[in-house]
Amino acid sequence: MSFMKLTASAVAIAAVAGAASARDNVQIAGSSTVLPYASIVAEAFGENTDFPTPVVESGGSSAGLKRFCEGVGANTIDIANASRAIREKEIAACAENGVTDIIEVRIGYDGIVFASQTNGPAFTAFTPSDIFNALGPKVMVDGELVDNPHQQWSDFNADLPAADILAFIPGTKHGTREVFEEKVIAAGCEATGAFEAMMAAGMSEDDAEDACLAVRTDGKSVDIDGDYTETLARIDANTNGIGVFGLSFYENNTDKLKVATMSGVAPSTETIASGEYPVSRPLFFYIKKAHIGVIPGLKEYAQFFTADEIAGPDGPLAAYGLVSDPELAGTQGMIAEEQVMGASM
Amino acid sequence: MTDASAQPQTSKHSGSLLEQDARTRRRNAKEARFKAYGIAAILVGVLALIVLLWAILSNGLPAFQRAIVQVDMTVTQEEFDAAEGTLFKTKEYEKLFVTALSSQMMAAGIDANFEGKALERLLGKVGGTIRAYYRENPDQIGEVVTFDLAAASRIDRYLKGSLKREDIGPDNRFIQPEDFDVADAMREAGLLKQVFDWNFITGVDTGVDNPGGAGIGASVLGSFFMMIVVLFLALPIGVAASIYLEEFAPKNRFTDFIEVNISNLAAVPSIVFGILGLAVFIQFMHLPQSAPLVGGLVLTLMTLPTIIISTRASLKAVPPSIRDAALGVGASKMQSVFHHVLPLAAPGILTGTIIGLAQALGETAPLLLIGMVGFVARYPDTFLGGLEGPNSAMPAQIYNWAARSDPVFTEKAWGGIIILLVFLLAMNIIAIILRRRFERRW
Repeated sequence: MSFMKLTASAVAIAAVAGAASARDNVQIAGSSTVLPYASIVAEAFGENTDFPTPVVESGGSSAGLKRFCEGVGANTIDIANASRAIREKEIAACAENGVTDIIEVRIGYDGIVFASQTNGPAFTAFTPSDIFNALGPKVMVDGELVDNPHQQWSDFNADLPAADILAFIPGTKHGTREVFEEKVIAAGCEATGAFEAMMAAGMSEDDAEDACLAVRTDGKSVDIDGDYTETLARIDANTNGIGVFGLSFYENNTDKLKVATMSGVAPSTETIASGEYPVSRPLFFYIKKAHIGVIPGLKEYAQFFTADEIAGPDGPLAAYGLVSDPELAGTQGMIAEEQVMGASM
Repeated sequence: MTDASAQPQTSKHSGSLLEQDARTRRRNAKEARFKAYGIAAILVGVLALIVLLWAILSNGLPAFQRAIVQVDMTVTQEEFDAAEGTLFKTKEYEKLFVTALSSQMMAAGIDANFEGKALERLLGKVGGTIRAYYRENPDQIGEVVTFDLAAASRIDRYLKGSLKREDIGPDNRFIQPEDFDVADAMREAGLLKQVFDWNFITGVDTGVDNPGGAGIGASVLGSFFMMIVVLFLALPIGVAASIYLEEFAPKNRFTDFIEVNISNLAAVPSIVFGILGLAVFIQFMHLPQSAPLVGGLVLTLMTLPTIIISTRASLKAVPPSIRDAALGVGASKMQSVFHHVLPLAAPGILTGTIIGLAQALGETAPLLLIGMVGFVARYPDTFLGGLEGPNSAMPAQIYNWAARSDPVFTEKAWGGIIILLVFLLAMNIIAIILRRRFERRW
């Protein structure tokens, strides 16, 4: 019977392919913020070397690090991109699965900006307190900690337009969310005095910190689990919407978006590099040391990525919006020596 | 019916064929209303289709055009060696290209204000193409070669009319308002033009800063390899399972149980098959990630119920008299099935298979979990490499492009939808033709 033969041959093909599973390309997954940079480098790496173009997947920092920590071997990824530093918990999870030697590579900095429709209300200047007052579940009104009563931006800051509060913020699986919480919400919580009020009300410090980072759940703050394009589409449809974007994404869409200053500083590569603009974060990727020498091109990829020609201030990454790391030379040396995390710096 | 025939006797007026009584009018009006509802329903459907097609075509057709810069350039052996000696080689080729371009603009007498930086802003990432060309054709070093290379994405949008000069502010890092004057001058001199973008159909994915060079070709091939796997696994397994269940299996609780489960399986959301594929094929069987082989295996699981159900339906449609006649002249059960029933059911089986394949072709969700939704920028070298090497698939590529920040990629995503639809349409037309030609009715 012909179909029996077909089945047999198909199974044979599957078996052969399964047996020959040694991989010749670098496999990368993780942060969707790092993905554009990684894809630029991956393409250039394929064009400029004799190694095949690495495969880069997206999915968020946490998802990428989870896959990174699944174990050692050709069927696990070699590099995890992350828009935040790896957590102790994740290092422990890695170690449990045999992933002990991890090389941390900082590639540069990225700014997080607040932007709205070009022809929407004049959201041109924010402070962390404004964002906290708009989005916190409990805020300070006349010295009392109350459930957030604010409906419009002008309710708590007369300088802001009388427009309904509507913010699109990154979902919890994104590394961007953590920076948004730390540098904006938590800062605003302390600046408005809500943090002290919570402590005074008898909360422990940890509980008060957690309570600070929560956002209101009455639909004024919308979590976006997808990419920035989804946030952009929501902003396009809502005149009053405020969205959280990466600096490079905003710079690619200046014809649709206008950006707000944070505490009086306009976001740009210069203000982020100098540290004046407060909402920025370092970007990383993590290499499995055990895969160096096993997967061809892995170390070369890391060296190519961090070379001055690529990640330096005149390279294609900076041209796309990455704020280059002033300490790039140190990172290059670390990769050359394959220095793992935890080793003395 | 008895009611209607009884009416003329009880009504006072004897019914006339020429005049309608109230009841007939009511019935006719009901019929007319029903027809109107039907037409309205069809109109809504047609309208939705028109809106959809209009959106797809108006957004996607520009993706088949691209702006190119056409330049004759000569690379000397020294320049080639110098460029190959650096780390970021393609950048050096780009510089050579900019030099050649500015000298040609000088020769053409363009008096717009251009300097090296401005020309770099006008160009896409061109170094990769130049380097690949000279590495493949080392005999062309020192000769005059005409290159058609992608212009920057903003110039591309400017020529297509989707980006206006006034959209660009003076502080834009990617393009300056006066760059458009240079672009206009280059266009008049014939150095910048719009051409049909073959590279979109044959090329591979590119980095986010190079939308002009991105193509869907490699992912078409990825989809093709997945479909081969699905066809070679799902068809034989599905047909064998349905022949056994329909013709040989005893009717008992156990086969009923299997039957119910097959129907249930057809309704399982496709993402579940993705999770299954990740756990079984990648984590347990250690098959490679991002490989069309694994994608095909996952889609096979998803397509099997569709094929089994349609095959069983077409086996059922073969009249029992055919089987009885075969058995009556002394054929064995197996001979009656394979010589008589199966050939008659074949058109239906093929149609079901093609429709199952078309469904699998457009599936993205399961591919997310097995690593096929990502940046994959290369063609496989061999047939086996095509199966087990990393590749993307058409819907995954479209999903990827739609998430990128440069609007030219969004355009490419719509263009990718057109290509995907062309494939789906072709498969469905083949299914219809096969059914028309070979189907027999009793």
